[in-house]
Amino acid sequence: MTGISKRFGPVQALSDVTLAVRVGTVHALVGENGAGKSTLMKILAGVYQADTGDIEIHGRRQVFTNPAQALEAGVSMIYQELDLAEHLTVAENIYLGAEPQGALPCMISHGRMISQAQELSRQYSFDIRPSAKVEDLAMGDCQIVEILKALRRKASILVMDEPTSSLSESEAKRLFEVVRRLRSEGLAIIYISHRLEEIIDLADEVSVLRDGRLVHSEPASAMDIPKIVHHMVGRELTDFFPSRAARIGDVLVQVNGLSSEAGIDNVSFEVRRGEIVGMAGLVGAGRTEVARAIFGVDKRTAGQVVLENQELSIASPADAIHSSIALLTEDRKRTGLCLELPCSWNITLPNLEQIGFRPFIKPGRENRIAGDVGSQIAVKWSSPRAPASSLSGGNQQKLLIARWLLADSKFLIFDEPTRGIDVGAKAEVYLLLNRLAEEGKGILFISSELPELFGVADRILVMRRGRLVGNLKTKETTPEEVMHLAAVEEKT
Amino acid sequence: MNRFVRQLLPFGTLILLIAILSALEPDSFLTAENFFNVLSRSGVNGIVAMGMTAVIISGGIDLSVGSMMAVAGMVAGLIMTKDGTLVPTPGLMWIGTLAGLATGLFCGLLNGVLITGLNLPPFIVTLGTMSAFRGICYVMNEGMMFDVPTYTFLGQSTVANIPVNVLIFLAIALIAFFILRYMPLGRYTYAIGSNREAAHHAGVNVNRNLLIVYTLTGLFVGLAAMIATSRTVSAQPTAGVSLELDTIAAVVIGGASLSGGRGTIVGTIIGTLLISFLRNGLTLQQISSDIQLIVIGGIIIGAVALDQMARKRAAENRG
Repeated sequence: MTGISKRFGPVQALSDVTLAVRVGTVHALVGENGAGKSTLMKILAGVYQADTGDIEIHGRRQVFTNPAQALEAGVSMIYQELDLAEHLTVAENIYLGAEPQGALPCMISHGRMISQAQELSRQYSFDIRPSAKVEDLAMGDCQIVEILKALRRKASILVMDEPTSSLSESEAKRLFEVVRRLRSEGLAIIYISHRLEEIIDLADEVSVLRDGRLVHSEPASAMDIPKIVHHMVGRELTDFFPSRAARIGDVLVQVNGLSSEAGIDNVSFEVRRGEIVGMAGLVGAGRTEVARAIFGVDKRTAGQVVLENQELSIASPADAIHSSIALLTEDRKRTGLCLELPCSWNITLPNLEQIGFRPFIKPGRENRIAGDVGSQIAVKWSSPRAPASSLSGGNQQKLLIARWLLADSKFLIFDEPTRGIDVGAKAEVYLLLNRLAEEGKGILFISSELPELFGVADRILVMRRGRLVGNLKTKETTPEEVMHLAAVEEKT
Repeated sequence: MNRFVRQLLPFGTLILLIAILSALEPDSFLTAENFFNVLSRSGVNGIVAMGMTAVIISGGIDLSVGSMMAVAGMVAGLIMTKDGTLVPTPGLMWIGTLAGLATGLFCGLLNGVLITGLNLPPFIVTLGTMSAFRGICYVMNEGMMFDVPTYTFLGQSTVANIPVNVLIFLAIALIAFFILRYMPLGRYTYAIGSNREAAHHAGVNVNRNLLIVYTLTGLFVGLAAMIATSRTVSAQPTAGVSLELDTIAAVVIGGASLSGGRGTIVGTIIGTLLISFLRNGLTLQQISSDIQLIVIGGIIIGAVALDQMARKRAAENRG
């Protein structure tokens, strides 16, 4: 791709970006949110058209006016939110739009489709059942289906956008194996990720985008994390994890023998005032389900939640909020924001009563309150009245944090608060967790990234298959021990 | 800015329509009498459309409003003619009116209970009750209407030269505007329509809120039924046929999104007037009501298509 530029209205999304990706390599593309990675890749995939610049594939100039042409030319893109038809089988997804013909024209031969899918996955030694329904698969396997879909189309260039963001560590490791295998098969892989450790590990070359410009491109062997971060943000992040100054006080929350319909079993722990308690575990280990059971989303079948020595009866999120508990959910689009509604409405939604907006809302005061709490944590918006959808990912996350700051809850649960947001915004989230702890609040911090758990939490709880299997002081443990606890059963 | 233009579009169309009709039919269209006639006909649809606006903002739909209106009117008619005389007494008219309102309220509550209690899609529930309510109307008086010749206050009298039903419409519009704009009930309705899961996670009692929205819509329909009954001084089992079409059209033309989370009372009022003036103009042009149905159908599709295009462009500009 040579000299690519693209404007959206007043915003110059890309200016004169030149990117060369060689056959048989993994080329990592990094940059903060809004740096232009997705736009660049969407141009390559034919979703957008560049204002200027050329695309050449295997030495031939290509002009894509729609995604179908890009697919034809061998460019396949796997989006962060996977593009699978959940109710169909693996084989049906792989052959969607190119089903093998059956006995009569217009009929599909399911038998041949299954056997071809089997063949294809054997060829690349994937272990996946073609007749399984996609909705029954783990996230890691869904990625494999996407990859098979691309291979079926004879893709020569594979773009992967944040493939590991919803994978557990062990699933991610398996995916890396796959990526390396594809590389040795001669595919060119463009790999977008916020997880710099995996980029160092996996990539042959690293290109850094900042504010729509390509600021650096170098073999990965010559790069290390501080250097990448430096190029991404244009400054060194020495104190990526802030130092902890919070005094840990008396017990704030006790969770006793919590079980729920969603499959968590007899989970007990406590959180003290001023304490950040991390929660580790593989995807599907029941971390989110613990949060949901405490917050009244899932029905509890046993156990109780005690806050300040008072047993709480929580049957719904409304009850939990009343009891001074907050939950920042892991999926901000699905369970967090009302995207087309104004930012201010999103901030005040659970707080209307608390800020005296019952029975009547006062719009002027509402915008002022939302504006104040928003500026406290530097949300970048054109105005509190702008729709939440107009904000970038990191700022949308801040909007939800602002909501719970306003609610002033005593016990806050943060479920994957840094997922899919850029390095700068992550650092701000860590600072904020610290600040809340210093104010004497109790925090449960669920994360799939061990480095941030070790950087931020005072204690780490480990979940495995719905049970709490570890409760460790951060200073007295190692990432290896946590990983071992979280994953050991899978190995037996 | 785009949003602003989008909101201005129905209003501009309304003004344009009035201008064209005035030019075509200066003698019959451009008279105070005709304007009040149109407004007063808008009253019934407009009141129902206020409820429909809230329902659609919440991400739902109510197809049963037409049949519900007929049931409410028939119940009122049954009570008003209970003593067997041809001319209802004032006392019976009062009781009948209250019974009509209560019937609407109850029917709306029934929709709400089925939707929230059994967790059924509003489309299916109200499709079912649309049929059931209509059936009840035919059963009630063996398909005959009830004559209530002296029941004229709501539909035919004026206060300071303004038809009473226009005043009632304005009052209901104000109430609906106030609820949606300034009360948590309205705010939660927008939130539920925009993202029901997110609203639930933010502590909104989704089911209670939806129950209130459908019940309130039922009450508005009951009120509209009494005005309609009074306008024709009869309660008819065939009242309100295709009322759901006109009200949903008004709401959508007014800028609401059928997927929920968007819509305004002012938009719906403009949408209602647009349809009423269009119908009136077509009638004055001696175009049959059958053809009018075709035109209204085309306008609904056109309005939504325009809206989709405008939104797509807005999304592209954002990048």
